[in-house]
Amino acid sequence: MLEPVEAAMGAWWLPVWTIVKVIVIAIPLIIAVAYLTYAERKVIGWMQVRIGPNRVGPLGLLQPFADVLKMLFKEIVVPSGASRALFFIAPMLSLAPALAAWAVIPFTGTLVLSNINAGLLYILAMSSLGVYGVILAGWASNSKYAFIGCLRSAAQIVSYEIAMGFALVGVLMAANSLNLRDIVAGQEGGAAYWYIWPLLPLFVVYLVAGIAETNRHPFDMAEGESEIVAGFHVEYSGIAFALFFLAEYMNMILISALATVMFLGGWLSPFPILNDVSVFGAHPFGDGMLWMVIKWAAILLVFLWIRATFPRYRYDQIMRLGWKVFIPVTLVWIVFIGAMMQTRYAGMFH
Amino acid sequence: MSFQSFTFYAFAAILVIAALRVVTTRNPVHAALWLVLSFFSAAGIWILLEAEFLAIALVLVYVGAVMVLFLFVVMMLDVNFEGLRQHFRSYLPVAAVVGVLVLFEMALVIIGSRVGSAVTAPPSPTGSNTSALGRLLYVEYVYPFEIAAVVLLVAIVAAIALTHRKRRAVKHQDPSRQVKVRAADRVRLVRLPSEHPPG
Repeated sequence: MLEPVEAAMGAWWLPVWTIVKVIVIAIPLIIAVAYLTYAERKVIGWMQVRIGPNRVGPLGLLQPFADVLKMLFKEIVVPSGASRALFFIAPMLSLAPALAAWAVIPFTGTLVLSNINAGLLYILAMSSLGVYGVILAGWASNSKYAFIGCLRSAAQIVSYEIAMGFALVGVLMAANSLNLRDIVAGQEGGAAYWYIWPLLPLFVVYLVAGIAETNRHPFDMAEGESEIVAGFHVEYSGIAFALFFLAEYMNMILISALATVMFLGGWLSPFPILNDVSVFGAHPFGDGMLWMVIKWAAILLVFLWIRATFPRYRYDQIMRLGWKVFIPVTLVWIVFIGAMMQTRYAGMFH
Repeated sequence: MSFQSFTFYAFAAILVIAALRVVTTRNPVHAALWLVLSFFSAAGIWILLEAEFLAIALVLVYVGAVMVLFLFVVMMLDVNFEGLRQHFRSYLPVAAVVGVLVLFEMALVIIGSRVGSAVTAPPSPTGSNTSALGRLLYVEYVYPFEIAAVVLLVAIVAAIALTHRKRRAVKHQDPSRQVKVRAADRVRLVRLPSEHPPG
């Protein structure tokens, strides 16, 4: 169907077609972010015996769009003495890596933008770039609150990245591959074969480090309303602030997608028997997007649940947890996996 | 021009401009950020050369970790760069010698590759050099690799030992004792009769 277009564009076909695919991934993601903010307000509302947003549209379903419109029409105030160019680059720098990481996330066995072999490394590299947006926002704002927020956040993200990286090392040892599709393929055979069971401590470390990496509650030292107003984005208003918001929620979805792929069997159905259920010739309950989305939603619910449950950590406690608890746990478990792989239980992994 | 060569020239142009701005810009934070951009463009060029592991390692290690710490330090320092510029003339001869040497070596490499004697990377058979590099590092060169790692570890331990040599007024916290604390240990409720009876 597209061959005539392909022939007409020649060498430029590949980049143009790739951009089309990028848009097809990015637009649903942004809508998912919009409804994640809605879900967050509703779920936390219910947990606190409130109703949550219910005025805009039926059940408040149009609330995210009302918020976006409000943000768009607000003035962007640039503080006096701010480094103007960096002030505007910072929100873009925090959003871009969050979007770029999606290039290698496999949605199903065949649906992936770029099936590269070093996928896991690429994800690590991209998630380590997100800290620049926060650092620059804090520095460029020329405000003490923002600067303190950015320093806290930089130290926190750099610390938790190590534990997160070690958790991923465990996964790549178990799967014997850095390719995200091969990692999911290694968990074939139902819920009992998922890596969450042999790698349970790493899964917990990954999830908690993921919350810390996205600066979410209870690790939101970078914002800390009661201590430093709003931390690194205190000087931002309007759509520039909305970009930080978007990046945070995009990163949440990314963390849940990665946890799904690496520990929860990705798009694989937990019960292989469901692959045989046929509805009008199709297999709606078998392996596919359905299970992927259900698993994302479950992990995102845990994110929201934790936010509604725990009080904020103290700064030195965060550092202690990252360096003195998580890193030793991951190191011990990696050695343990390495030892197990030399025994007759090696079949547990792949 | 194919898309690949277009990408190469785009990355190369950004790399050269960013590298120039690193040394010409006056603000140290801006200089560090230009350096980040030049690392990033270099990684892009390496990906075009199908050296994806090196490219990602460059982004992961230098952009993601080293430069973050750099920025961290540079942002908090109050360096007087005008003062540093005063010695420009006295450093010029040494800098010129080093510059000429570097230029000479680069020219050697370029001329060597034209003649065809320079070492070029053989195209990898599987299309993935990550596993090939891993095998080389951890099987063939495992002892040099381990020794390098131990040297780094010793450097870290030495740096920490040097900074902690003279610190006396450190307030150490014991989290297990903090957790064990009960309200009765800290607060004592005392019933006092009021001095002026109500009424």
